[in-house]
Amino acid sequence: MIGLMILLVYVAIFVISFLIVRFVVQRTNTDFTSLKTVTFGDESAVISNRFASVVSVLTIFLLWGSFTGSAWVPGFLHAPGPFVGETSFTYTVATQDGERDDATVHVRVVDFGEKPEKFDVPLGDGLAKDDALAMSASRSATVLFDKNDEVTRKEGTRVVAIDGVPIAPGGSIRTDAGRFALTSKGAISFSPPKGLQMEPIWLPPPEAVVGRVIEIANEGYRDSTLWKHLGYSLFRVIAGFFFGALIGIPLGYAMGLSDWFRGWFEPIVEFMRPVPPLALIPLVIIWFGIGEVGKIILLFLASLWIMAISARAGVSGVNISKVHAAYSLGASKLQIMRHVIMPNSLPEIFTGARVAMGVCWGTVVAAELVAASEGAGMMIMVASKFQLTDIVLMGIILIGVIGFGIDVLMRRAENWLVPWKGRS
Amino acid sequence: MSGLSIESISMRFDLPNGSSVQALKDVSLHLKPGELLSVLGPSGCGKTTLLNIAAGFLAPTGGQITMNGHVVKGPDAERGMVFQQGALFEWMNVRENVSFGPRMKGQTEAEWGNQVDHLLDVTGLGDFKDKAIFELSGGMQQRVALARCLANDPDVILMDEPLGALDALTREKMQGLVLKLWKETGKTIILITHSVEEALLLGERLLVMAPRPGRIHKEYRLPFAEMGVGGDLREVKKAEGYATTREEILEMIWDMEEEIMGRSEEMQ
Repeated sequence: MIGLMILLVYVAIFVISFLIVRFVVQRTNTDFTSLKTVTFGDESAVISNRFASVVSVLTIFLLWGSFTGSAWVPGFLHAPGPFVGETSFTYTVATQDGERDDATVHVRVVDFGEKPEKFDVPLGDGLAKDDALAMSASRSATVLFDKNDEVTRKEGTRVVAIDGVPIAPGGSIRTDAGRFALTSKGAISFSPPKGLQMEPIWLPPPEAVVGRVIEIANEGYRDSTLWKHLGYSLFRVIAGFFFGALIGIPLGYAMGLSDWFRGWFEPIVEFMRPVPPLALIPLVIIWFGIGEVGKIILLFLASLWIMAISARAGVSGVNISKVHAAYSLGASKLQIMRHVIMPNSLPEIFTGARVAMGVCWGTVVAAELVAASEGAGMMIMVASKFQLTDIVLMGIILIGVIGFGIDVLMRRAENWLVPWKGRS
Repeated sequence: MSGLSIESISMRFDLPNGSSVQALKDVSLHLKPGELLSVLGPSGCGKTTLLNIAAGFLAPTGGQITMNGHVVKGPDAERGMVFQQGALFEWMNVRENVSFGPRMKGQTEAEWGNQVDHLLDVTGLGDFKDKAIFELSGGMQQRVALARCLANDPDVILMDEPLGALDALTREKMQGLVLKLWKETGKTIILITHSVEEALLLGERLLVMAPRPGRIHKEYRLPFAEMGVGGDLREVKKAEGYATTREEILEMIWDMEEEIMGRSEEMQ
């Protein structure tokens, strides 16, 4: 139900912001490319709209804030929150003899996280006496209504109605005050309206996550600062990728140039390539333990095959007329290797490197989730055990940002080092 | 004997299904230094195979190629090649591409600098020497390929449809450039083409080849290349004999194509 509402709000923001940008902000956009409403295979004809990207990111934070009651989102944008304050309901008991009496339960609901304090109310008169209940928002509370009554459940007294609505043991009803259920033993279970907001334990508001980032950046988490955790993860990725490229690229070249090497290594490479690196984690832990060596070897294995295959493709993909041209210009085999085949394979190797870095980053987080004493994955794994959802979210966001950053850097390097890629 | 000799070359390709194709049969030809030969023929007549054998990329199954008296055993700097699609090195700029041959010989920039810059000027690339290859138009890329080949100072230049991928206007200009470079440098040139006009304009000698098996069908000696040097190629096309020779060759090739089509229809 909440999910559907969030989806509707999201779609509404998508459509409204599109209309606003189209008809108010960017009205002058009527050049030739804008006329191509449908593009077939011409990827460059569609460039991403900056407005849409900004609104998209803002929308996510807006929805996050409003459904968690964030202090950063103005109150009128908040989704209805859980009930907080004072309320009361009346229950009707019937004894075995058929005598009936009403009593009122006074409820004080405090914000989630605050401590509900017990309070007293006048007992009133009759068989059933008034009760007092203190509870947290979004929770259910069981009212043992007969603690102070003259008739008790042991004697066969039952609750027959709440706020005048009949109820039977095991059944439940909903009134303005909230939702009521009778337990099998006849006690009243009361849940005040929960509203549409998420509880912090499921989804903490953004400021809680930011607060955690600051806190962990300053004080650290599990004996290491935030930077140390992230640094460990990055170090493992870079070390594993470095060794993977160091061995994989020459291996790929050898496989692209020599039939013996190709025949020898092809079964190994073709077998290992489809094995997900995650499946190697248990074996790596058995062999090398949970220290740095095991992780770097795992990432080495994750990047090795990708780099070998991309280097092999780079060599095999060289246009034969380029090699012929170099031969008839008097180049030796070694010179062709150095000046033609190696530079020609760079675009393929860069594509492989981008894939390998992505796989390594994903693998390191997974490996740290399984076993590690430092690292981004270890942070979120430990935090999840203590239900520290804000740290889990913080970790996920940082992992995403760093992974994105790695890809941006790789693309920059690619544009700088192989500017001819895709343009020859 | 100086020059390039093609001595009864045969080439048979074995196909994976066990049969074989006779791409060339008993082709003989001698080129004196400085000759300009254009080769014409329907598709599948073995023109490109002949050129690849002359360059040393393919070993013939029969016969041999000799160059200034010695037998050709593989690709060599004395026989330069210009491909249909530049086969340029995208990771080098224009000047690095053109100076590739001298640099591979270990020459210093002091040794090759002047010659390379001269060739860049001659081919009209003087202002583009620091450009990347992908920034150039198709015609400019072919000029880079020409200059790169000339910078290596080969005795023979083999051209495999070098102008085939260019538009008509650029093509005409490039034809003039080829003639000019031929006259200035005195290189022996073999030029393979699909265009009868190009073969007439750029062939001191013109070879028409026939398919299945690939063989020399007829040879012409033509005056048009000499007329075209430094002149207007469009004027050459109005010269006496040009139109009749063109019609004759077109009909010859047309008949060969008809025969191929007919044969493949019979096979169906």
